[in-house]
Amino acid sequence: MKAKEYIEKVRSGEISAVKTTEGILNEIKKINKDYGFFNTISENFALDLAEKVDKNPKGKLAGLSISLKDDLCVKDVETMCSSNILRGYKPPFNATLVNSLIREGAILIGKTNQDAFGFGSFNVNTDTGIPKNPLDKSRVTGGSSGGAAGFTALTKFPHVAIGESTGGSIVAPCSFCGVSGLSPTYGLVSRYGLVDYANSLDKLGPVAKHVEDLELVLDVIKGHDVKDSTSLRDDLRKDRTVKKIGLIKETLDVDPKIKEIILKKLDEMNVKYEKVSLPKTSKYALSSYYIIAMAEASTNLAKYCGMRYGQEGKVNMPFNEYFSEIRTKNFNKEVKRRIILGTFTRMAGYRDAFYLKAMKVRTLVIEEYKEAFRKYDLLVSPTMPIVAPKLSEVNKLKPKDHYMMDVMTVGPNLAGIPHMSVNAGFYNNLPVGIMFTGDHLNENKLFKIGENVI
Amino acid sequence: MKIDRKILQSVASNARLKLSKKEEDELLPQLNEILEIFSSLNNLKIEKIKPSFQPIEVKNVLREDSVQKCEEDMLSNTKNKEEGFFKGPKVI
Repeated sequence: MKAKEYIEKVRSGEISAVKTTEGILNEIKKINKDYGFFNTISENFALDLAEKVDKNPKGKLAGLSISLKDDLCVKDVETMCSSNILRGYKPPFNATLVNSLIREGAILIGKTNQDAFGFGSFNVNTDTGIPKNPLDKSRVTGGSSGGAAGFTALTKFPHVAIGESTGGSIVAPCSFCGVSGLSPTYGLVSRYGLVDYANSLDKLGPVAKHVEDLELVLDVIKGHDVKDSTSLRDDLRKDRTVKKIGLIKETLDVDPKIKEIILKKLDEMNVKYEKVSLPKTSKYALSSYYIIAMAEASTNLAKYCGMRYGQEGKVNMPFNEYFSEIRTKNFNKEVKRRIILGTFTRMAGYRDAFYLKAMKVRTLVIEEYKEAFRKYDLLVSPTMPIVAPKLSEVNKLKPKDHYMMDVMTVGPNLAGIPHMSVNAGFYNNLPVGIMFTGDHLNENKLFKIGENVI
Repeated sequence: MKIDRKILQSVASNARLKLSKKEEDELLPQLNEILEIFSSLNNLKIEKIKPSFQPIEVKNVLREDSVQKCEEDMLSNTKNKEEGFFKGPKVI
């Protein structure tokens, strides 16, 4: 059942939110040991919310179960971003998005697994156990919002997950797990209460089985927030027309079977498309993205030093030694790698060669997209260059191979433009995602095309 | 541009991370492979391009500097506190 139909039944009193919530909580408890989608199940909190909804079933999301990526702060619910350094941290406040969801009757059932701080494309860089692909347990979910996509694919109940994307962390796991996900325009959804990865790139967005459900939830979580200085004042453009789509030529250099599925899907959809070249984005976006993301991450993660919250020790030694000890003990390998690279690219003597150059490349990438959107309503590409790999295959990859996986998704993330992955078909029983990208605030065109895909 | 052991040690120290010899040996080739990818930007002639520090245009958001009541228990997540203050390691 689509979320919209379910919510209507809750609002009319035909379905009880408490009963559905009990059902989904039981389901999570049953599957979580095997799949590891959830870091925290907020059972009592969810049931309290459901009771309130049954008494007054009025909100736009009345009774709908929603899971949150573990980088979103919920008052008194452990929020650890899948990193040991935040183990035990219970925020004293709610993220703005959390308040918006509760206000509209959503039932917040728990926090989902991710790569620690969002640092990964496969959800293997987590300190809370690697989640398993719902279609084949020997394979990964994709990352970094792996728990969000994995659970959404497997649950039998109406459900929407909130994921977060910095360089592709919403659409990548959606592609690997066969569900839909939207990374909205930068600044459309408040980041207040999100544990930062890279401030100029982070975006919160929904993951669901059906595109209509993405739209339903985005409508609740979007909007200006005085608590987020990069929050947009503009709303979405109303235009839903999709007359012509540009198929990004350089992204077709993938597994031939994936290319075939994407082309077949485009032919089935009643829409005009032609090939378009984005040479600068294809060549330079990946480097630019990783330089910016790591530079920003290395400053953001400076705050984890064993004081105020998170893991701590006895403060009985010189401060530098204390900070180093806590950080060294509690950051995993990938977190250390990114902090080191980010610190390096910001250092005197290297800043202009890396960081500043990456910011200039971002300008080129934005201009290239804007130019394409003068001709096309949307752009399209495969979401990922491969289908979900086995964990044993991922373990053999070098860090640079992990980063190369984001080649399709870093472009729109760098430009802050909305992009959505929808399942386009299956290859050896594994899902293949198709990614549509629109100009800033053109989410409505994405929703319109999404209706055509399934 | 390459990272050698000396640079790595200095970066790690700046980032307040301690690395063992084994970790340094593992990281050095990995970091240099990644820098090799980053070097694709070297040939670009982009001196005159304006950098985009944000993907959209962002303006300063200012508010009146007034005292507001904090209703959150900021000290709830630490054992290291005293008389309503956070307690940290000795600085001087």
